[in-house]
Amino acid sequence: MNVNEVLLPGVGLRYEFTTQAGERIAVVARRTGEFEVVGYAGDDRDEGWPLFRLTEEEAEALAQILGAPRIAERFADLTREIPGLSSEPVTVTPASPYVDRPLGHTRARTRTGVSVVAIVRGADVIASPGPDEVLRADDVLVVIGTQEGIDGVTRIIQG
Amino acid sequence: MHVSIALLLELGLILAALGLLGALARGMTLSPIPLYLLAGLMLGERGVLPAPAAGEFVQAAASIGIVLLLLALGLEFSLAEFSTSMRHHLPSAGVDLLANAVPGALAGWMLGLDGVGMLALAGATYSSSSGIIARLLGDLRRLGNRETPSVLSVLVLEDFAMAAYLPVLAVLASGGTWWQAVLGALVAVGAVVSAFAASSRWGHHIGRLVAHPDNEQLMLRMLGLTMVVAALAEFVHASAAVGAFLVGLTLTGQTAERARAVITPLRDLFAAMFFVAIGLSVAPAGLLPVLPAALALALVTGLTKVLTGRYAAARDGVGRRGRLRAGAALIARGEFSIVIVGLAGPHLPTLAPLVAAYVLVLAIAGPLITRFVGARPTAKSPPSRAGSRPPA
Repeated sequence: MNVNEVLLPGVGLRYEFTTQAGERIAVVARRTGEFEVVGYAGDDRDEGWPLFRLTEEEAEALAQILGAPRIAERFADLTREIPGLSSEPVTVTPASPYVDRPLGHTRARTRTGVSVVAIVRGADVIASPGPDEVLRADDVLVVIGTQEGIDGVTRIIQG
Repeated sequence: MHVSIALLLELGLILAALGLLGALARGMTLSPIPLYLLAGLMLGERGVLPAPAAGEFVQAAASIGIVLLLLALGLEFSLAEFSTSMRHHLPSAGVDLLANAVPGALAGWMLGLDGVGMLALAGATYSSSSGIIARLLGDLRRLGNRETPSVLSVLVLEDFAMAAYLPVLAVLASGGTWWQAVLGALVAVGAVVSAFAASSRWGHHIGRLVAHPDNEQLMLRMLGLTMVVAALAEFVHASAAVGAFLVGLTLTGQTAERARAVITPLRDLFAAMFFVAIGLSVAPAGLLPVLPAALALALVTGLTKVLTGRYAAARDGVGRRGRLRAGAALIARGEFSIVIVGLAGPHLPTLAPLVAAYVLVLAIAGPLITRFVGARPTAKSPPSRAGSRPPA
């Protein structure tokens, strides 16, 4: 993907790109920390259609939401390099026996040899969570280990 | 300590009135600058609502206002933005200067002003208001448009030209000779270049002078340094405003960003006082005779700005409607034209009412024209493209 960077003197920067579906999108990053997302769809190809405006905080939340699924992917890239090692996202279903209980209680590591390297909770990512980290429904655990181990963790977590 | 009831009351009422006027202007996506000028006009000795006790404070605050306006401008400035603008838009800057300064100079000649007056009026018609325009483009949500970078580039180059122009004008207006003015300009350009060199090489050292994790400390040091430098610049006839601009230029990076944040509310307050003070210095009765000249000048230089914007946008490969939008965006004049009056006005009594009327017209008409020229036909839903869902 080719992202074009345009300087807006005194205002900030504009990043432009065309999606695979052929839509042109631009993100205006203002010096004040605000972001503006613009699409180009009209007959006037120079005119941007304001889609939405984000505060610094909202932009960060959005970035994390959009970026979260890719964390698991990146682990997949890493594990591809090492034979026998896999990584997968494991969802904590609402019915799981470990909802609202600390991660340590699953004894996932001792029972399967698999490591839980991150918990993705909505827009937040908890990197290398400790055993005291309390699990919640719909958390996604990023686990790394052998395929059998991961299957084991899935069974433990989802009950 | 003696508390002046009259001062507090008058100042409080003025500020509250400015607040109301500002809110009114913002609601219509207009600039508050012309309304502040009008407020000043009404408050004057010969105006409708004289405010003698606050007058002195307003005058003092105006000096600080002009310094803070230029300091903030210097802080906005980055070398990268300047050099990028320079590379793509040097011809646009040339067109801008010729098309907009020449009508001002000619008008000055026709009105019987002297060389300094012609130079001052040329400057007033040349400089678009970067403050009004950048804000307007944001408010109208046109920052994503393709013509916007060319508009902003023209503004950056104008600001730079002002750094060389203001000291020349300041020297000439205070009765200096041509060679003193040229010297003043050379000193100013030299100072700008060395400020850039200093900020890229030792900017972090100068930054350290004022940088402090505490915002209060940062603000006090910042203001202290700026005002001392501004006073020194005024002392050598290079104008306090230029000195403040140089301080702003020298600060870069993180320090500049934080300084901008702490200075902005102060600038807004004192700049408002500055605009009021300019209004105060003009007798409302003096406005009427210059109105025809101001209107004619506004019409001509409004059109020449449209040409400038169209030329600049065309260089960036923007289509017909976008070019028109760029031209309309550049029409607004504001703070710089008034800064010029602040510098040259005291020596040229005919200039202040003319430029005040001119700015009143263009600071109101500019944003209005920008809003309606080349705007999308319906402002509600994005157009549906063939094959895509119609908008809900």
